[in-house]
Formats: sequence, C-alpha cells, structure tokens
Amino acid sequence: MALEVPENVVVSKLDELASWCRKNSLWPMPFATACCGIELMATGASRHDLARFGAEVMRFSPRQCDVMIVAGRVVMKMLPVLQRIWQQMHEPKWCISMGACASTGGVFDTYSVVQGIDRFIPVDMYVPGCPPRPEQLIQSIIDLQDKIQREGTISGREFLARQRQEPKRALVELPVISLPRGVSRLPQGVRVE
Amino acid sequence: MIEQQTVAATSAQFPAIAWSEFRGDTRGVVPRDALFAVLQYLRDQRGFDLLVDITCVDYLNYRDADDRFGLVYILTNTRTNETITLRAFVNDPDPSVPSVVPLWPGANWLEREVWDMFGIGFEGHPDLRRILMPEEFTAHPLRKDYPLQGRGERHNFPVLQRAEG
Amino acid sequence: MSVAETKTLEQLAKAEARDYLWTLNFGPQHPATHTTLRIVLMLEGERVVDAIPDIGYLHSGFEKIGEHLNYNQYVTVTDRMNYISPLANNIAWHGAVEKLLGLEITPRCKYVRTILAELARISDHLLSNGAVGLDVGAFTFFLYGFYQREVLYDIFETLCGARFTNSYTRVGGAMHDMTPLVIEKIRAFVRTFPKTLDDMERLLNRNRIFVDRTKGVGVLSKEEAIARSATGPIARASGVTRDLRKDAPYLAYPDLDFKICCAPAGDCFARYLVRMAEIRESLRIVAQAIENLPSGPINVEIEERTALPDKKQVYTTIEGTISHFELVMWNRGFTVPHDETYAAIEAPNGELGFYVVGDGTDVAYRARCRPPSYIHFALFPHLIRGHTLSDVVAVLGSLNIIAAELDR
Repeated sequence: MALEVPENVVVSKLDELASWCRKNSLWPMPFATACCGIELMATGASRHDLARFGAEVMRFSPRQCDVMIVAGRVVMKMLPVLQRIWQQMHEPKWCISMGACASTGGVFDTYSVVQGIDRFIPVDMYVPGCPPRPEQLIQSIIDLQDKIQREGTISGREFLARQRQEPKRALVELPVISLPRGVSRLPQGVRVE
Repeated sequence: MIEQQTVAATSAQFPAIAWSEFRGDTRGVVPRDALFAVLQYLRDQRGFDLLVDITCVDYLNYRDADDRFGLVYILTNTRTNETITLRAFVNDPDPSVPSVVPLWPGANWLEREVWDMFGIGFEGHPDLRRILMPEEFTAHPLRKDYPLQGRGERHNFPVLQRAEG
Repeated sequence: MSVAETKTLEQLAKAEARDYLWTLNFGPQHPATHTTLRIVLMLEGERVVDAIPDIGYLHSGFEKIGEHLNYNQYVTVTDRMNYISPLANNIAWHGAVEKLLGLEITPRCKYVRTILAELARISDHLLSNGAVGLDVGAFTFFLYGFYQREVLYDIFETLCGARFTNSYTRVGGAMHDMTPLVIEKIRAFVRTFPKTLDDMERLLNRNRIFVDRTKGVGVLSKEEAIARSATGPIARASGVTRDLRKDAPYLAYPDLDFKICCAPAGDCFARYLVRMAEIRESLRIVAQAIENLPSGPINVEIEERTALPDKKQVYTTIEGTISHFELVMWNRGFTVPHDETYAAIEAPNGELGFYVVGDGTDVAYRARCRPPSYIHFALFPHLIRGHTLSDVVAVLGSLNIIAAELDR
C-alpha cells in the first residue's frame, strides 16, 4: 500500500538517523605524539581542511570528543596516559590509529615503544604511512564515517564486544607444522587455524 | 680546531693526559681522578666556557678496548672557536666520576641521562635520578648487554577491551 | 641506588614546607604543538614558584637503533628526531659520518645540501614562530605559516617523494640529484615568499597583545646562556654571537654572503624576532646558492667505494659493477676507521651534533645525537620562575622544544 508522503518528511530508522548525525560531526581528540602529529596539524590547516568533514574543532578535552586520533609512536611511559584518556572519553567513541608507529610500532622495534596500540586499547581504523599523507587521514575519516553508518550506535551493538574481542591473529601462537621433505602441500583434511 | 698553545699549556699543567688527533679533532684521555681538575682548568684558565656535550660509550664489544665505559666531554671556547674532546675511562662495578654541575649548570640533565642510560654515578650531582626511562625501570638500556627489544617491559600493561573502556 | 634514595627524602622535606602551594600538572597530553612533555608547576595563585619537568614520554631508543642499522639506513631514523626540519638532521648525520670516513663530498652536493638546510631552517622557524603565535592566540599567523610550509612540502616532495621525513642524503652524496623542476620551484618560492613574510610580520611585530605577552618574559642573560649550554636562536637572542655557519664553516657556507641575527634582550620577543630575521637571511642564502649551483656529479667518485654509482656506470664499466656489488652485498659494504669523532651543524634549533664511534663495519658502534631541544628544556625552570601561568605557554613555545629530539 503506497503512502502519500509530502516532500519535507523523511522516513528512517532512528538508528540510522542517530548514526548519520554522529558520523557527520566527529570531533577528534588529537593524541599527537610525534611526526604524525605534524601531518595531523597539516590536515587541520587550510590546504587539506579536516573541518569539511565535520571535524570542526580539535577539542583537547577527552570529555568533549568522539574520536581519538593517536598520531605517532606511543612509548611505555605514555601508554598509561593513553589508556586514561581513552577511559575518560564518553561513549560512543572510536579510535583511529594514525601512522605505522601507532599501528604496529613502525620503525621502532625497541625496548620502549609499544608495538601497536591495539594491544592495549580497541582501535577502529588503521592508517598506514610514515607519516600518512593528509589525504590518507581524510580517507580514514571517511571510512570511519561509513563504519559508523553501517554499525550504528543506538543499539549498543558495538559494545557487545567481549566475544568479538578475540585475541588478534598476530598475537596468537600459531602451531608449528613442519612438512616432511618433498611434500609441498598439506594432506587432505588438515586445517590450519 | 685547537691552538697549539692550549694543548701545550694544558700538557704542562697535567702531564698525564694522552693527546691524539683525528680528522682535525684534538682528543685527550684524562685519568679519572684528574678529570674535575682538568675541566676546571680548561674552563677558568683557557676559556672553554661552553659545554657542548657529555656522553658515554660502552666499549664492551669493541676491539682493543681496555676499559668498559668511556665518558666523553666536549668543550668549546666561544671566543676563539676551539673545540676539545676529553675522555675518561671507568669500569664496572660501580662506575662513577665527579659531577661537573658546579662548573656548568647545563651539565645537570646531560649527566642524568648518562646515569639513566649507562648507570654511571656522578658524585655531587644535586638530583641524580632517571630522566628518560620511567622511575621504576631497573636496567640501563644503552649498555651493550641490554637487548634492543628489551626484556618485555614494553608490553607489561593491562589491556582495555571495548565494553569496559 | 643509594644516591637516588637520599634525594627523594630531601625532596619530601622540601615539599612539606611548601604544601600551601598548588600543584598543577601541565600533562603529557596537551594541545598538539608541543607534543609529549610534562611539567609539574608549583603555583602560588597565578605565579609560578617552581617548575619540575618530567620527560621521557617519547623516548624511543634512537641511540640504540643506531647500533643496529647501517650508516645509510640510520638516516631514516634521524629524520624522525627533529621532525619539523628533517633535512637538517639528515645533513648533520651524514656530515658526521663523512667526517669519520674522511670523505670530501662534491661541490654540487655541498650547494644542494646548503640549499636544503636553509629551506629546512625556514620551515622550522615558520612552525616554531607559528606555534608561539598559536599558543598566544594568533591563529591566522599560524595558518599563514602553515600554508607556506605546504609550499615547501611541495618542493621536498618533488625532490625526493616525501613531504617530510625525507631521508635524502646518503654517505658520499644524496639519494639522487636535483632536477630542473625542483630548481624552478625553489626559484618561484624565493620570489613569492617575501611578500607573505611581510604580511606575517605586519600581523605580530607591533601587535600590542603579542608584544605585551612576550616582552620581558622568560629572560635569559648572556652568561646564563653560555653556562647552561644554550646554542642556536635562543643563545643568539641573548647576545651570544655564535653561529656554526660562520664559526666552524661547513658545506658551502664559506662561499656565501649572509649575516648572523642576534638580539641583546633575551626574552621571548627577542627569540621571535631573531627567528623571523633568520628566515630572511636563509632566503638570501637560498637565492645566492641556487643561482651559483655548480654542475657536476652529486655523489663522490666510484673509487671512494661509498656511494652507489649510477646505473649507466654499473652496466657499462667494470668499476661501476664492482662498486655496486661491494656496497650492496650484505657482508661487504664500506670500511670505516676504528675511531670516533664529533661533527655538528647549525640546525634551526641550535647546535645539532653527532658523536659517531666506528668499529670497522658499516654499522655504527655508537651514534650519539647531541640534541639542542634537550638542553634547552633544562633552561625552562630557570626562565619561568616568577612569571604567571599564562607565560608558561609563551616561554615553552619560544624555546621550540621538539619532543622527539628531547627524548630520542
């Protein structure tokens, strides 16, 4: 049965509407530590303007932000600070790990650099690069916006995460399977987890 | 670059210094006990008023090395633009040298870093504690027997899951 | 450990006597410009009685990495020290390595490195003064500076592919030569930049608010500057007339005509003025050097066995093939004297030097960086005592502390 809907009425799910509002006004919390911080500032400056995408103000207070952009390497002395800032942010919140050092430790596989902040806080978007170009960061904001629209924020689905927070593949010890000489493929029926 | 007169006068005052020259730098090896006196002489009598750097080298894996730690002091004379490098060797256990903070206040943090990274104590330093590593860190990272990836301290933190974040 | 224990007791004793003071944590996470450093301020109302810096929040083990990467690989890591002017760090590192090797680079390479060092100086001063402006409230000044830095990034990107953190230098030369397009872009920059610089100076030089916030704040006297090992614009703004480009000339500086900028006052306003004047002098240097760029190869000759020869030589001459093989195979490489040396350049922040210890292989035994930001941050408690809380940001900005160089 068709309904006659006048032009100025939009029918939608509340979830989608809330997600649309939230994704288009993501206020970033710039957790800038190193070189990526300069590219973050360049993204916010006049040539590549991040404010076009809703990130109007870079608020430095975690109580007023939606997305935390961790730009730069995180050292073991800084990690408790990062965790505390993450805990101080209000729900719904997301995290973008900008640059190679925040995602995996980057060039610095040393005694003091944390090899990826996703070992200690939940990360939604990874931006590769050393440092990533401003266009890459803007692309990651757009992808995060798509993710927010897809997953929604009202039902709290993203918080039913205990079962989804499986240990990351790279951190799981894979069993060592040694193939006998002359064999190039595993025999039928053997699966590698 | 250094004037011959400076080297000659310092040699006359402290004959125990072993001088050498490499690529235009003049270096002197000073016995540990004469270190403070030599630096004071250079600052007061010869005009080396700018302390450029204090650093240390761990000669554990170095070919032809007799002592383990070599402390390096680089000084500059701002009037004549001479630069001189002095080295003093110390050994385990409990390596320590007198602090030069009374001569140059800028040595404060430089010596704290050498303590933090190598474990060399500075007698008379007003505030010798760790500066770059966390206070509770136990090892001295830049020593040659400490591995590059560390001993697991960097990942010793609680993990925040999304639901409890 | 007993040294550290007695110190804590003394600190406790002092703290009890001053527990009427209010402690404010100027934490490791604060507005992006100065990244991760922490100052614990003891305030009496608005006046700062004491400031205790706490650093190490970005200590990544640069010096230890230097003992595991070879001389050409380590240049990528030196980029990430003073990341506002990475080319200056590259030039300093390879300057020290070439001094250790006793290698003399070609005239063209000297001029190219000089031009890039000065462009890096302009980039650094634009951001550092921009940060002072931003912290004090002048957002437009910051954006003007950032727009010009984008023009510089465009030049660097055309030169070597990366906007910043360009690991451009190699032992014995550079990654590859400067193309005519880069030279055209530099000429265009030299033509158009002075107008923007005039605009920027008109915004702040006689601005009542800016002058009131920075004049007389954070005064560093000449004797204190030398005693506390300050170098670079901070020392020159206190009256110390020391600039390594004139006092211990390196690269193409002996051939070029430029002035050293100093000021007698030693406060934040003097440091701002010295940096603006240095931008103008750097522009003069670039203009002279780009017109007098000598022709010739950018890398040293094949006989030195340190720089990779170009492909034409590798494919057509036996010397080229041998040299390429020797440098690329992992168990060969070039040999380095079993000795140590120190070499410094006048980086935008101060005297940036590397103390390199070679042990015969092509991996450094010790690569120590003498970081100007580290030594200048030790000045901070001395400068801020007696000033108000709002002066903390002005003084911190004028010292141009880059956390990655501070902590390494």
